[in-house]
Amino acid sequence: MTDHSEVDTVTGKSTTGHEWDGIKELNTPLPRWWVICFYLTIVWSIGYWIVYPAWPLIASNTTGAFGYSSRADVAVELANLEKIRGDKMVALGAASLADIEKDPALLALARAKGKTVFGDNCAPCHGSGGAGAKGFPNLNDDDWLWGGTLDQIMQTIQFGARSGHTKTHEGQMLAFGKDGVLKADEIVTVANYVRSLAGLPTRKGFDAAKGEKIFAENCVACHGDGGKGNQELGAPNLTDKIWLYGSDEAALIETISQGRAGVMPAWEGRLDPATIKAMAVYVHSLGGGK
Amino acid sequence: MNKTVNPKDLISGDDYGPLYAARKKVYPQSVSGTFRRIKWGLMAFCLGVYYFLPFVRWNRGLGAPSQAVLIDLPNSRFYFFFIELWPQEVYYFTGLLIVAAVALFLMNSIGGRIWCGYLCPQTVWTDLFYAVERLIEGDRRERMKKDASSDPMKLERISEIVLKHSIWLLIAWWTGGAWVLYFNDAPTLVKELVTFQGPMIAYVWIGILTATTYVLAGYMREQVCTYMCPWPRIQAALTDEWALNVTYRYDRGEKRTSVKKAAELRALGQQVGDCVDCYQCVAVCPTGIDIRNGSQMECIQCGLCIDACDNVMAKIGRPKRLIGYDNDINIHRRQEGKAPIYRIVRARTIVYSAIIAAVGGIMIYTLATRSLLDVNVLHDRNPVAVKLSDGSIRNAYTVRLLNKSGYDRVIAIDANGPANLTVHVVGVDSVTPDRPMIVIPRDSTSELRLLVTAPAENNPEKSIPVRFHVTDIGLGEVASATDNFVSP
Repeated sequence: MTDHSEVDTVTGKSTTGHEWDGIKELNTPLPRWWVICFYLTIVWSIGYWIVYPAWPLIASNTTGAFGYSSRADVAVELANLEKIRGDKMVALGAASLADIEKDPALLALARAKGKTVFGDNCAPCHGSGGAGAKGFPNLNDDDWLWGGTLDQIMQTIQFGARSGHTKTHEGQMLAFGKDGVLKADEIVTVANYVRSLAGLPTRKGFDAAKGEKIFAENCVACHGDGGKGNQELGAPNLTDKIWLYGSDEAALIETISQGRAGVMPAWEGRLDPATIKAMAVYVHSLGGGK
Repeated sequence: MNKTVNPKDLISGDDYGPLYAARKKVYPQSVSGTFRRIKWGLMAFCLGVYYFLPFVRWNRGLGAPSQAVLIDLPNSRFYFFFIELWPQEVYYFTGLLIVAAVALFLMNSIGGRIWCGYLCPQTVWTDLFYAVERLIEGDRRERMKKDASSDPMKLERISEIVLKHSIWLLIAWWTGGAWVLYFNDAPTLVKELVTFQGPMIAYVWIGILTATTYVLAGYMREQVCTYMCPWPRIQAALTDEWALNVTYRYDRGEKRTSVKKAAELRALGQQVGDCVDCYQCVAVCPTGIDIRNGSQMECIQCGLCIDACDNVMAKIGRPKRLIGYDNDINIHRRQEGKAPIYRIVRARTIVYSAIIAAVGGIMIYTLATRSLLDVNVLHDRNPVAVKLSDGSIRNAYTVRLLNKSGYDRVIAIDANGPANLTVHVVGVDSVTPDRPMIVIPRDSTSELRLLVTAPAENNPEKSIPVRFHVTDIGLGEVASATDNFVSP
C-alpha cells in the first residue's frame, strides 16, 4: 500500500492520505495519555481473570483467587433475611390461629407472608387473588367444601383433598352414569330435581316426585336431606348460588354421569408449619372465612 | 490551486488563545464600616443558627423526638418546632421552594444580589475563611509578600500555614458535624460520635462536608460564584433599570484625579471628579474586580467597596457614597441636574410580593387547617367482586388509615352507597354491629382489609359509588374517601 500522506500546509499537520472529492483528512491521533490509559485498562483486566471466576473449564470453571461467588452472596443475603424474619416467624408459629387474626402486627405479617406463598404455590389453580375457576374453588366466597373456619382451612392446606396423604380429605362425587347406577333419563330427572332445590328453572314435563325418589336413594347419603351438603365428606351444598362445575342442566348431567374428584395437594412437608399457618390466615382473611 | 491561509489570520487578536484562564489569587484587604458590620452580624446570625439549631429542644410528648428541627429519615418524618410533616405532604417543601425562589427575585429587584453578598453560604464561609487567613497571615500586603517570597520557608511561616489550615479544617469539620445533627437526635449523636460509636454514614457525611467546606471556602472561593453558580447569569437576565445595585457613581467620580491636583483645580473653580484612584475598592473586593468598570457578573455586591470608598472620602473631606446602592437612571438624572428617584414599589416588586404572599398564605392556611386524620381506599383488583352463597355481592378493599396526631385514636368506619350494605373489617370484632371500631396508634398508619357486602337484588347497577367515612369517636373528626362497589 502506498502512503499518500502529506503535510498540510495550513495546519502543519500530516494527513491520513485519504481523499474524497478533494477533501483530505487531517491525521489527528488519539492523545498519548489516552492510549496509555487504554492499554493500562487492558492490562488491568487480566487481573479479573486471576481474582474472579472467569474461564470455563470442561466440567466447571476457574474459581479465582478471591473465591468470590455470586451464588454464595445470595445465600448470605437469604440467611440474613431469615435472621431478620426469624423472631417474627417464630412468634407466628407459636401463636394460635385465632390469636394471629386478633393481633394486627401478626395479622399483617401472616397476610404478607401468606400472599407471597399463595402466589408461588396456589395461584396456578386458585388464581392470584384466590378467585378460583371451574373446578377450582373461589376462596373469597363463603361457600366451603371442607369448612371455612381457620382450623378447617389449615387442615385442608396441610393434608389436601384426595391427595394421597394419610390424613387427606376423602370422598368424591361418584360417576352414576358411567358406573351404570342410573340410566340416562334418570340422570336428566335428578339433574332437574337438583336445579329445583337451588330454585333454578326446570325442564318442561319434569317429574319432581321421581326426581325426589332418585335423589333420596342415591344422593342424600352424602348431600344430605334437601341437598344442604356435608363438609365432612366435602359434599357441596346444592341449594346455594355457588356451583363449582356450573349449574346448567348439561353441566349437572356431566357431573352426575361422570363424577367429580378434583385434587387439592397436601402441603405438609412442602411448606413449614409457620408458613402453612400464615397461608391459612391469609385465605381466611380473603373474606369468606367463617 | 489553493491559496495557503494562515488560520491565525482568520481570528481576531482578542479571540485567540486558550479558553482556560488561570485564576489570579485574590487578597482582599480588611475594611471597616457599615456594610462590614452588617456582614459580621449576618455571619454570626447565620452560622449561629446553623451550628446550634439542632440542639434546640421542643417537647412533643412521650415517644416523640424532642428536637426542634429534625429530619427523621428512617421514620419518614420532618419536624420543625410545632409542625410535623409526613412524606405525602412534600408539597409544603414545593411551596417553600417557590417562596424562596420568588424571594430571591424580590431581593434582586429591590437591592441586587443581597443573597450573594450577605446570605449565601459560599459567601459566609469564604468570608469566615478570609478572616482566619487575615488573622494568621496578616493583611493583604503581607499575604501577597509572603506568597510571592522565594526565600526558603522559615519555621514561623510553616507554623502559620499549618495553623491556618488546621483552623480551616476545624471549621469545615464543625460544619459537616452540624449537618448530620439535623438527621438524628443531636445530643445522642454527639455522644456517639465522640466515643466512635456513631453510625458509619454520619462519619462519611461529616467527611464529605468537611471536604467541600474546606475546598469551596478555602480554595475555590469567588470561582464558585463566577463559574459554578447559575444565579449570576439568571440575576443578570432578571434585573431591571430600577433595581439598586452596588454602583460606582461615575457622574461624581469622573474624571479621576489625585487628591492634590483635585484641590488645585477646585481652587480654580473647575469641575473635578471625587475618585482619587486609590484602588481601595479593588483591594477590599473578595472577587478581585474593579467596581468602577460598572455592573459585572463577578460582582457579588457585598458592599465592602462602599465601606472602603467611604473611609477614603471621609479622609479627603469629600461626601460619602461615591460607591453606593444606586442605578443608572439616577446617575443620568443627576447628570441632568435632577434629583434622584428611588422606586422600591413598582409592578415587579408588587407582583413578586403578591406571589410570596399568595403561596405563603396558601401554605399557612393549608397547614393550619390540614386534617390529622386521613383515609385512603384501594379496591381489590382480583377478584373485583365475589358472589356469596346466598347470592349477595361482596367487594373487598384495602383501607389505609393515617393518624398524624400525637395521640392514639379510636375510630369507627361507616360506608354509604349500595342499598342494605354491611361492613366488616378482617380481624376486627365490632362492638356495634356493622360499624367496625379500630384503634390507630399515634403518628402511624394502619392497613385494614375491609369487606362490603350487599344483596344483589337491591343493587342491580354494575357499579355504585361507595363512600367511606372514618370518624374519630372521641373528637368527632371525620375523613372520607370514595371508591366503587362493583357487581360481577
